[in-house]
Amino acid sequence: MSEFVQHIINGLASGTIYALVALGYTMVYGVLKLINFAHGDVMMVGVYVGYATSRQLERDTSQSFFGVTLIFLVAMMTCAALGFFIERFAYRPLREKPKLTALITAIGVSFFLSYSFQVETVVGGLTLLPGAAPKAFPEIIKPTEWLVIGDRDIVIWNWQVISIGIAAVLMTGLQYLVFKTRFGMAMRAVSFDHRTAGLMGIPVDKVISFTFMLGSALAAGAGILYAIKDTLVQPLMGVTLGLKAFVAAVIGGIGHVPGAVVGALALGLVEEFVVGYGSSTWRDAVAFGFLILVLLVRPEGIFGRMTAEKV
Amino acid sequence: MNGVLKGLLPFAVAIPLLWLAQFLTKDTPFLVILSLTVGVNITLAVSLNIVNGMTGQFSIGHAGFMAVGAYIAGVVSKMTSVYGISFLPEGVSDQVLYVVSLLAGASSAALFGFLVGLPSLRLKGDYLAIVTLGFGEIIRVFVQNTELFGKALGLSGVPQRTSLFSCFFVVVVVVVVARRIAASSHGRALLAIREDEVAAEAMGVNTTAYKVRAFVVASFFAGLAGGVFAHYQSIVAPSSFTYVKSMEIVVMVVAGGLGSTTGAIIAAVVLTLLPEALRSLFLNITGDGSIAQRVEQIRMPIYGLLLVIIMLVRPQGLFGTQEIWQVWPFRKRAKPASTTPGAP
Repeated sequence: MSEFVQHIINGLASGTIYALVALGYTMVYGVLKLINFAHGDVMMVGVYVGYATSRQLERDTSQSFFGVTLIFLVAMMTCAALGFFIERFAYRPLREKPKLTALITAIGVSFFLSYSFQVETVVGGLTLLPGAAPKAFPEIIKPTEWLVIGDRDIVIWNWQVISIGIAAVLMTGLQYLVFKTRFGMAMRAVSFDHRTAGLMGIPVDKVISFTFMLGSALAAGAGILYAIKDTLVQPLMGVTLGLKAFVAAVIGGIGHVPGAVVGALALGLVEEFVVGYGSSTWRDAVAFGFLILVLLVRPEGIFGRMTAEKV
Repeated sequence: MNGVLKGLLPFAVAIPLLWLAQFLTKDTPFLVILSLTVGVNITLAVSLNIVNGMTGQFSIGHAGFMAVGAYIAGVVSKMTSVYGISFLPEGVSDQVLYVVSLLAGASSAALFGFLVGLPSLRLKGDYLAIVTLGFGEIIRVFVQNTELFGKALGLSGVPQRTSLFSCFFVVVVVVVVARRIAASSHGRALLAIREDEVAAEAMGVNTTAYKVRAFVVASFFAGLAGGVFAHYQSIVAPSSFTYVKSMEIVVMVVAGGLGSTTGAIIAAVVLTLLPEALRSLFLNITGDGSIAQRVEQIRMPIYGLLLVIIMLVRPQGLFGTQEIWQVWPFRKRAKPASTTPGAP
């Protein structure tokens, strides 16, 4: 029984990280009807920025509250900028073109980011690109046992609490932003019909840019939380984690904010149970198996609504 | 009768030429290996073009089907090579078994194509992309966990039976099939689906059935390419069939022009030979292996960038939907794609 509870806790903790990445997918899909394949790779870039920042700081500083906040902020801002550039130069020129073009571009951006980070580039003693070897992510949050029940029957780690906490705060904030602010209303309008929204005086380009920046910043935060748990950074982490988050977003119904969270938690739990009671080598196949199952039974996702295509 | 003769013409021309080529390259093993790689890539690109180019669906898991073909063909070949067929001379028996194993691999790949295609082709573009990608990953994870397929180390000791002739015979078959499909009413239906799925459906095209059929044909040939690959590498490892391999094929199809068979062939040849040429060029100039090694590393980011740039500058790819003989130097004014002439 205690083992079961422990699996639930672990599953929820990794699920929240998927949720943060999945929110980025869902938001971008909401406003642009485009699956941003590069989202996972933007996240990976964020983790590397966080890694570089923490290496610049003193060991004590990087473990202080100030240091951790700084690492998160730098990574999130860099990723927001990256998201802005990707949208501005790769996606915006193709917005009125057929869907397939944007999809291919997104795959191209993803491929470019994840593989250029594998080319080790050092210019004048300064490492610009890190190379393919995984690097140890510094312990910016020292893992300690937050709560131990019984004879180590159930152990809750501090990073699990912290990531669930940060994720909860960010998700509530996002829900507030989308449904209670003027900007959120503009976002929903663009999502509904971006041409009409433009005619109503909503700055469509700005809204889309900002949505991209927001999603990318969230991804960077999620990526660092993941790296703290996983203790490793590597260029291909974005592809795997990004795809799982995408699966989560589809399970919940893509374009639906609470749906992404529910889907991510469900995926985290399923994965944890397969690893816990089955075999860990199957971990990466679980997400896709789950996805194919959901698409077979309910292609619009748990909360999504099937819409007829209008011509 | 005339039609049958015309259909057999490509083979009548190709077979003697291939024999000749095989005879001429007998003493240059490096050239043969390079040509085999080119041949496998052409087969993959042309078959993927049937799905991604003609039908306008976006599959990014072609390496998964190739893996199915390679592993099944490899296993069948390995198991049967112990026995051989008793009433045939050894050389003939080997060739028969080779063909049987290739067909086994290709048919299993086609079966997987059907299984993956049937549910997922009812989904829209982006979902299909993810499902095919997921399928490729599942295959890889499955193979890595199965004793029969040698787990992570891969299957070794597959008899080396691929010759230049057999490899390029497969190429000829896939090209002819692709061209015949494009020229048939079947191909028209696929093009209609690509141009406007809703309109095609309204015109009475059974879109799901056509898409699944295109998918099955493409996976069959991917499996065939996998079998050919397995029989010259003699080692089939999961690392050969990753996401990267799938993307390589996608880049070939996109660069060549979505829907152009000759475009896919040219892109496959160039993108296979160019890195090879650059590598040996750098090796000769500097005599330093590290730079040559970097060519291999830089190849991947360049592929990504290439996809983005092609989409921004020339979204239809090199030839668009046209074949090479419809493009400018060969004909003053290119005909629109819908009046593509019959098979070569």
